Amino acid sequence: MTNLTFKALVTGAMLGLGATAAQAAECIAPANPGGGWDFTCRQIGKIMHDIGAVDKPVQVTNMAGAGGGLAFTHVVSERGEDADLIVAASSATSTRLAQNAYAGMTADQVRFVGAIGADPGVIVVGKDSPYQSLNDLVDAIRAEPGKLAFAGGSATGGFDHLKPLMILQRAGINDVRAIKYIGVDGGADAITQTVGGFTAAMSGDMSEIVGFLKSGDVRALAVLTEERVPGFDDIPTAKEQGIDVVAVNWRGLYIPKDVSDETFNMWAERLQKVADSDEWAEAMAANGLAPFTKVGGDFQSYVDDVVAEIRTLSKEIGVIQ
Amino acid sequence: MDLLNNLAIGFGIALSPYTLMLAVFGCFIGTIIGALPGLGPSNGVAILIPLTFSMGLDATSALVLMTAVYYGAMYGGRISSILLNIPGDEPALMTTLDGYPMAKAGRAGDALVISGVASFTGAFLSTVGLMLLAPLLARVAFKFGPAEYFALYLLAFATLGGIASNNQAKAAIASCIGLGIAMIGVDNNSGLPRLTFGNMHLFDGIDFLVAIVGLFAIAEVFFFIESHGKNTSIGVKLDKVRVPWADIWDTRWTQLRASVIGFIAGVLPGAGASLGSFLAYMSEKSVAGEEGKFGTGVAKGVAAPEAGNNAAAGGALVPMLTLGVPGSGTTAVLLALLMTLNITPGPTLFTERPEVVWGLIASLLIANFVLLLMNVPMVRIFVKILSVPPWVLLPGVTMVSFVGIYSLSGSYFDLLLMVAFGVLGWVLRKLDVPTVPIILGILLGGHMEDSLRRAMVLSDGDWTYLFSSGIAITLWAVAVAGFVAPMFLRNIMKKPQRITD
Repeated sequence: MTNLTFKALVTGAMLGLGATAAQAAECIAPANPGGGWDFTCRQIGKIMHDIGAVDKPVQVTNMAGAGGGLAFTHVVSERGEDADLIVAASSATSTRLAQNAYAGMTADQVRFVGAIGADPGVIVVGKDSPYQSLNDLVDAIRAEPGKLAFAGGSATGGFDHLKPLMILQRAGINDVRAIKYIGVDGGADAITQTVGGFTAAMSGDMSEIVGFLKSGDVRALAVLTEERVPGFDDIPTAKEQGIDVVAVNWRGLYIPKDVSDETFNMWAERLQKVADSDEWAEAMAANGLAPFTKVGGDFQSYVDDVVAEIRTLSKEIGVIQ
Repeated sequence: MDLLNNLAIGFGIALSPYTLMLAVFGCFIGTIIGALPGLGPSNGVAILIPLTFSMGLDATSALVLMTAVYYGAMYGGRISSILLNIPGDEPALMTTLDGYPMAKAGRAGDALVISGVASFTGAFLSTVGLMLLAPLLARVAFKFGPAEYFALYLLAFATLGGIASNNQAKAAIASCIGLGIAMIGVDNNSGLPRLTFGNMHLFDGIDFLVAIVGLFAIAEVFFFIESHGKNTSIGVKLDKVRVPWADIWDTRWTQLRASVIGFIAGVLPGAGASLGSFLAYMSEKSVAGEEGKFGTGVAKGVAAPEAGNNAAAGGALVPMLTLGVPGSGTTAVLLALLMTLNITPGPTLFTERPEVVWGLIASLLIANFVLLLMNVPMVRIFVKILSVPPWVLLPGVTMVSFVGIYSLSGSYFDLLLMVAFGVLGWVLRKLDVPTVPIILGILLGGHMEDSLRRAMVLSDGDWTYLFSSGIAITLWAVAVAGFVAPMFLRNIMKKPQRITD
């Protein structure tokens, strides 16, 4: 019977680990461990506890599925009034809402609390690439439409695909078929394909290319922000190269819709505290994030604008009808 | 002598009593997790991540604990494969093919010792490989484009005919079922859902762990119920454990070759331990030829996959540490842990955080010796955990299966799906259709399709692109040979080999 007891103990211990402290706040990361949403939950949750914004450690739940759609549906339909719940979100969330990829769910079914930090969009090429500037690349595409390929970490129609399409559109090339795009499993994979010469350029986020920039495997042609990113001052913006595209992957949170305004403000304040903390500044610097703080009511209207813009663009380029 | 200096730093960290204790603890827990059917290294590590936070571990300690669990689970996976014919985790699938027949023939102890030693060889060599070749091998990934990956996956499928060699048609049907299941979910290229029937739970496809646990563990439970406890594969006795020196010596080249193959498979992003053990087993099977009697319970058939999958576990750490590209499911989870600890894996990690990298490597070397001790002289402790009577064990298997799968996604839908796979597994076994090709289809089908579609996008639908590089052509040639050769061999063969699944 000792064997049985032992086994029961092991299983019990595992069960116990999965369900600690029911009172503590919960952060749902709508993806498997390892991605940006998981990072958002774990870092923000940890810092909130470290700086005393919450009393108990924030419990992180990974709820992968449908590119965040499963968690979104779960929050809307089952957790509508849960005041202790926060959910990680990013540009991918607003992109998918705009493209109606959450099975009819809309952005106004939750409340967006805020974003603290953004991963700037980048266009990079291998170190031996003939293209020295964003305009070199655009001119090459103009000369031979349909010849060059981009690799990115999101699926076709996703944010990494939209970035080069936005650039081409602002440069006056409206044919969506002017470039080829392959969606691979994450930014590092996309860089590998580009460095290996299988694609001409990679469209991704700054955090995905930091290690490769330092090792000298890639050159960044442009960063898609208003200003150059601190710490990466030698990378020109697309804007200063005459192509006015700003595309950042913000990292933030949403909460259920039916919570009180006090709860909304409470989370907004906590998030602001994290944004102001040294710990968050360090975490951002270590992960290639640029400061991007929009908290509270401002942020909700920002998300609404972004959703509308991406919906229009997606229709123009034919990603959705 | 940079290497020795670095190793000295590493051992300085790894040999502190606290770190050592964590490594031993991790090995022990890991072996149990590996041995319990359904709980594999990836969900095991995922379940234990909260523990590192509640213990307040620093980056190196957390990494040491988690990789010890990872290596431990890779070792432990073979125990239930051999004794119960249920793979403790998905890479241990191949170990059932010869391990279980060996156990039925009364050589369970021998099988456990041989596979334990083979695991040690694989893990030890791959850790040395990680140490020496990490910066070099990271560059191999740049040579693999869509065409090369497609040929690589095709190679795995082409050699399937060799596994299920008693009936190629049924193996082909099983592969097609697996590929069909792999098609479920949002199509990566068009963003359109396929075969999901509007169900959000199916948008990300079917997790292969759900399928594996259903087809193996749950199907086993159904068989148990059907036979009222008789005629079940559960309950192989382990009488005494001796060290079969002769067998270990006989399998020395098998272990070495399998380690090299496994290591290379591990280094390739996304391929991981399953492909490592699969390729190791298949290549050893072809080296041994018909006289090797692979599939009937031979020592080499146990040594090859275990050396292969443990070597792949070490190999998978190479792309994770040097490129930040996880080489397997478990390293993806470890990558998550690293990022939470504010360590950005990449080419600079080795220079910027040497204490993390070399502390980790030294701990892995130590963990390996600990695991060899735990898994050979002390293997009875883990066997005892499994050698409870079937009427206790099977409800236990069911419970752990449910807990393990629920811990993956927290979704009741996956539990229903798992039971459905159990029914499927039961029906297929009644029809004598092998389930191994189904698993491989689910595992590799999606990647294979993606590679093909990407190749077609890049080449504007030109098929010759698939043969456009030396690597691709070599892989195609081996794939064709691997598919055709067994057909000729079958005519020469006197008796078809039985597949055990």
